[in-house]
Amino acid sequence: MGNIEFSETKILKIKEPTTLKSGKVLSNIDIAYETYGKLNENKDNAILVLHALTGSAHAAYKHKDTGKVGWWDDMIGSGKAFDTDKYFIISSNVLGGCYGTTGPASINPETNKPYALDFPVITIEDIVDVQKKLIDYLGIEKIIVAGGSMGGMQAIEWSIRYPKLVKSTILIATSARLNAQGIAFNAVARNAILTDNNFNNGNYYDGENPSSGLSIARMIGHITYLCEEAMYKKFGREFKDSPSFDFGIDFQVESYLQHQGQVFVDRFDANSYLYITKAVDYYDPIKEHGSLEEAFKNSNSRFLIISFSTDWLFTTTQSKQIVNSLIKSNKDVSFVELESKCGHDAFLLEFEKQTKIIKSFLKG
Amino acid sequence: MNLNYKVVCELIEKNSRVLDLGCGNGELLELLKKEKDIKGLGIEINQDSVLEALSKGLSVVQGDLDKGLEEFQDKTYDYAILNKTLQSTKNPEFVIYEMLRVAKKGIVSFPNFAYWRVRFYLFFKGKMPKSKQLPYEWYDTPNIHLLTIGDFFEFCKKRDIKIEKSVYLTREKSRSGFFIRHIANFFSQEVVFVISK
Repeated sequence: MGNIEFSETKILKIKEPTTLKSGKVLSNIDIAYETYGKLNENKDNAILVLHALTGSAHAAYKHKDTGKVGWWDDMIGSGKAFDTDKYFIISSNVLGGCYGTTGPASINPETNKPYALDFPVITIEDIVDVQKKLIDYLGIEKIIVAGGSMGGMQAIEWSIRYPKLVKSTILIATSARLNAQGIAFNAVARNAILTDNNFNNGNYYDGENPSSGLSIARMIGHITYLCEEAMYKKFGREFKDSPSFDFGIDFQVESYLQHQGQVFVDRFDANSYLYITKAVDYYDPIKEHGSLEEAFKNSNSRFLIISFSTDWLFTTTQSKQIVNSLIKSNKDVSFVELESKCGHDAFLLEFEKQTKIIKSFLKG
Repeated sequence: MNLNYKVVCELIEKNSRVLDLGCGNGELLELLKKEKDIKGLGIEINQDSVLEALSKGLSVVQGDLDKGLEEFQDKTYDYAILNKTLQSTKNPEFVIYEMLRVAKKGIVSFPNFAYWRVRFYLFFKGKMPKSKQLPYEWYDTPNIHLLTIGDFFEFCKKRDIKIEKSVYLTREKSRSGFFIRHIANFFSQEVVFVISK
């Protein structure tokens, strides 16, 4: 440690057409990715880290252009949970995203305009298939996959889809499928975007962004990432100043949500939010394979599953469902529920215990 | 090496599949992995213990034995172990049934409450016995179902559970076999049974 490491986002261009789960075909896909550490001679020390809903390829180090620190920098680096002295770590932006990988804001080669809603609806399976092209390009023969939240869903799909390739799977604060409550929150978020006056059926790239809708969507998201206790600890019922006796921002919690919403609209594309939340809603390997046991049947992976006690978006019960099905199908599995007061956000905040667990799991 | 671990280790065949129910910090599983090349899984309720066991590179699932082992298929393990765990479960009968459902053999060990020092402690001091083996106060003990060797024999007999082996431990020695049960019950500090159904 000590030295500041810089990262660079690279682009891999995939020329050949990719058929999506919907049957639609996408050509000329760009994949934005970053790597940390070195690939060994056997090409079997790779770890693919998979980002959550609004993440990017920039998972670690300081970005050499923006100076920003990666979203999982606490966990990736020399001596950290994902140790760059031992492992070659890969992170890519998901298909449908807005951080360099092809998504609805990208230019449609057929029209020379942004895809907007002409972009095909994508699934977690499509996201994983596109990542596989990157992994093949890098020449990787054995891989460890790790992700939290939506990243965990991708990791699940990796172990199902590429059982020969995946040797270890780390699932954090995730679920095999969203419950109705989760889908409901996403539906409200999408509705906020779809009904924004600036939305213009997705064709807003020349004009004003649907900022108000996107910002409401993000506020809803942030409510689900916290928990009652975390909100109480962070804000209580504190006022920003004193009661205004109008409908402006009065409470600290309002001010927090407004701030999160505002920051978000500057960094995220509303159409991407629609597509990616839809992919999360659709994901259901239980329906796809009949049961999770059946889904994991061919997997040779070891599994580590971590949940957080106050996470009510991706609950311990949902994690246990994955654990139980892995036990039923005789897979090598470890599971721990970590005590936390941070709700779903814990997976990005509580890195000390996670570091200890992941390090020993990777050694084992 | 801890005498209890040594005894359990000797009872287990090489390369078997072992489920350690209430594995604590994983010491026994680690030993079995090293000495007997077992493929093991631990179940443990306490988060800190789970973390310690994971840090030994073991596979451990955090869980509550009293909720059963529903996720485990019948007879998928060669051995299930309850090493000084049975007396702290809420429903020992259910836990034993579950252990014998998922494993071919069960290994059960517990501190013997009929050990003469325990008897004397209660007899002379008139207080709940405390010792190295039973270090807790009556109000904070996890050992909510303490039992004796005699109790366990009776328990198994009533349920047609076969006791295949019994190893009696004193402070320094272990002794297997069938010498008079009442004497064993008096002189053994601890016992390890191999049971099956």
